[in-house]
Amino acid sequence: MKTFALAGNPNCGKTTLFNALTGATAHVGNWPGVTVDKREGIYKGGEKNINIVDLPGIYSLSPYTPEEVISRNYILDEAPDGIINIIDATNLERNLYLTTQLLEMDVPVIIALNMMDEVEKLGDKLSAEALEKQLGVPVVAISALKNKGIKKLMERAAALPASRKGTTVLKGVLDKQIETACAFFEETDVKSPLFHAVKLLENDEIELRHNGAPEKLRKISAGEDLEAVIADARYKYISANLASAKVKAGKEVATKSDKIDRVLTHRIWAIPIFIVVLFFVFHFTFSENLFFLNGFTEDMAWMPSLIDCGLAAEVDGAIEYNNFGVELFAVIYDGALYSPGVILTNFLNLFLDHISSGVVTLMENGGAAEWATGLIGDGILGGIFAVLGFLPQILTLFLFFSILEDSGYMARIAFVLDRIFRRFGLSGRAFMPMIMGFGCSVPAAVNTRTLSDEKERTATLRVIPFFSCGAKLPILTAVAGGIVMAFGVGNADVITFSMYLLGIITAIVCVLLMRNTTLKGETPPFIMELPAYHMPRFKNLMLHLWDKTKHFVKKAFTIIFASTIIIWLFSHLSWNWHYLPDEDMQQSMLASVGMFLQPVFTPLGFGSQLGQFGWVFAVAAITGLVAKENVIATFTTLAICISAYAGVGTEEGIEEIAGLINVIMADSGISQPQFIAALIAFIAFNMTTIPCFAACATAKAELPKGKFKWTLLFWIAVSYIVGAIIYTVGSWWWTLFIWLIAIASVTVLVVLKNLGILDITKIFKRNKKDGKNK
Amino acid sequence: MKKLLSDFIIGESGKITAVNGEGKIRRRLFDMGVTPGAELTLRKKAPLGDPIEVTIRGYELTLRKTEAACVEVELI
Repeated sequence: MKTFALAGNPNCGKTTLFNALTGATAHVGNWPGVTVDKREGIYKGGEKNINIVDLPGIYSLSPYTPEEVISRNYILDEAPDGIINIIDATNLERNLYLTTQLLEMDVPVIIALNMMDEVEKLGDKLSAEALEKQLGVPVVAISALKNKGIKKLMERAAALPASRKGTTVLKGVLDKQIETACAFFEETDVKSPLFHAVKLLENDEIELRHNGAPEKLRKISAGEDLEAVIADARYKYISANLASAKVKAGKEVATKSDKIDRVLTHRIWAIPIFIVVLFFVFHFTFSENLFFLNGFTEDMAWMPSLIDCGLAAEVDGAIEYNNFGVELFAVIYDGALYSPGVILTNFLNLFLDHISSGVVTLMENGGAAEWATGLIGDGILGGIFAVLGFLPQILTLFLFFSILEDSGYMARIAFVLDRIFRRFGLSGRAFMPMIMGFGCSVPAAVNTRTLSDEKERTATLRVIPFFSCGAKLPILTAVAGGIVMAFGVGNADVITFSMYLLGIITAIVCVLLMRNTTLKGETPPFIMELPAYHMPRFKNLMLHLWDKTKHFVKKAFTIIFASTIIIWLFSHLSWNWHYLPDEDMQQSMLASVGMFLQPVFTPLGFGSQLGQFGWVFAVAAITGLVAKENVIATFTTLAICISAYAGVGTEEGIEEIAGLINVIMADSGISQPQFIAALIAFIAFNMTTIPCFAACATAKAELPKGKFKWTLLFWIAVSYIVGAIIYTVGSWWWTLFIWLIAIASVTVLVVLKNLGILDITKIFKRNKKDGKNK
Repeated sequence: MKKLLSDFIIGESGKITAVNGEGKIRRRLFDMGVTPGAELTLRKKAPLGDPIEVTIRGYELTLRKTEAACVEVELI
């Protein structure tokens, strides 16, 4: 089967064309050498099937972002049978700049001229034939959106010759220099010598790594600024070319994009509008009180709950609905109208609960052993369904972010916020992965690829987990709910919100610290296209979500499946491999491991001071390293067994945790304020520590070589310090001054060091280790 | 009259005469079509005055004032 690579600028309709070509056959793989998503699919519309590889959207083949390096290496090393270069006809000049570089490679090229309908709408004329004559490769006009011209494009692509010699548009400009450089590369026996030769003249950092290349370049250029000459020549050629291909009609009028921009990037309203947009994204995903119809505070609530209406009743701490219709209605409304994200979650959970209880009943009736029912019901189904239950909210959040991204609004946000982010040594572009972190760290980490600066990317990747993801939300709500229920103090919403805020503050502090110490460097440049606004394509959005769902379900049925079985087994087996019923869990292997680790967490408040049951916290935190959903899953499972809590809990596990809190309070005699501080420290620790398996794997792939182990250390250090601060300050307020002094001295040391006043690196290093790290 | 792009006021147009600056930034500017000879117009500034948005080669490009200071323009 022939393989074609799809190359083109960002925002030129490449994804739409890829989806139109491959449809349901698309799947995600990895690029050779790097674990970066590589989308592939099969075109089945022609005589023979053709494999299509979607290259990242790029402006040039210079190694500016990792995406450009990936594309360049793929074409050079993997030698596809041809390149389909998609070009946005409304933005011909800049799009053709990439084409002129692709043409220099020894690979067959076909050009797909996209959005021709738009060009005609603007009253311009563009001739594909004229362009084809000039460039010497096939040019086919298409409309990826309307599925026009795609068959013809692929017919001509299939008919491309097997090989092509690279050509350059720089003829007559630098003939002699290119010839000399070409001869140099021909000797070294690389593929596409012409491409390498021109790149060398462009002072390309990858080409300069070739043996003898820097000397050669010095000789050829003789001090002349060839980089500017080449870029200029490319554009000059394109302009000259355009003259015959494009007939521009009249003066352009203010486009729709301009009008939208006048509002969304308004001098005063831009930031408030953005905050409102962001608020609604989160409101639609997480709110259990849509549009605040039920009032802004508890006191203002007026909507009756289903129990108030007599449609449901509380039996043994659980809510029982009068009939299935009411239960179904409770998905949408119970005491308040829910947001779409919550409704979808409730609906899925209702469905999963019925499966789970059905299976357990079936097993009990069938006379299955107690351990088997426990393993299947609590261990396997409980664990997997707890994870799957988050899917609707993660998808909803993802959908909103995809809409913001695809419509072109995210680029404006980067534009608006850049000034603020620069203060922390980042660019406005870094905002996107951070805000995506609230949904899930995995796509957020992948999104850092749009950052061109390596240090900025590293810093961003490291703080992404602090933007508490969807899977950490249950830890927040459950423990906060448990605190409120057990002690009757505070407000769960306020605790949850403050924890989000704490994550953001931690991220800012860490970025500042890193950018001034280990990741010191110039603020990265911010040179970015602001694409025209357009309606997001429904099909693209859905395919996007489908990819995400597949990924998530796969995770649930592999990593989490395995880990829930292991946790269940270790918590129900003693060291001599005997099955232990729930009430004897104290003797399990898991308990011993937890007890062994318990003292480690003493400075954070959830260690030895919690007495004989405190190991639950240690175990929950550790299982969270696999998937954050596990923290509450483990916690709830263990809490039920320990606290001998009689009733049936809600799925959020609040009651179980409250029960556990009471047991520990009575057992260890820890004071209430200290315990509250410890519980909040526990939330903070889980929020800022090493993220889940999947996020770690992604971060490892996206981080520069050798940085991952430091990143792990960084996460441990940060979470430990944050947890310790919360616990000590919460328990003994005056310790605040000790922390402030410590923070101030670290700051002073860093500043002195950076000003060059303090030059004794040894002292600096020791102090840095004492204070915060990396 | 010659002017740095960073000193432009909204609505001003010009033709680029030179692109200075350090390797990577300059490379990126070239790749995005900011080359000597290209015409550009300053469209708007971000709410906090920086970065700026220019129309060049038929599309909208945003860059910071520090980067715009690398671009010398002849006003038209």
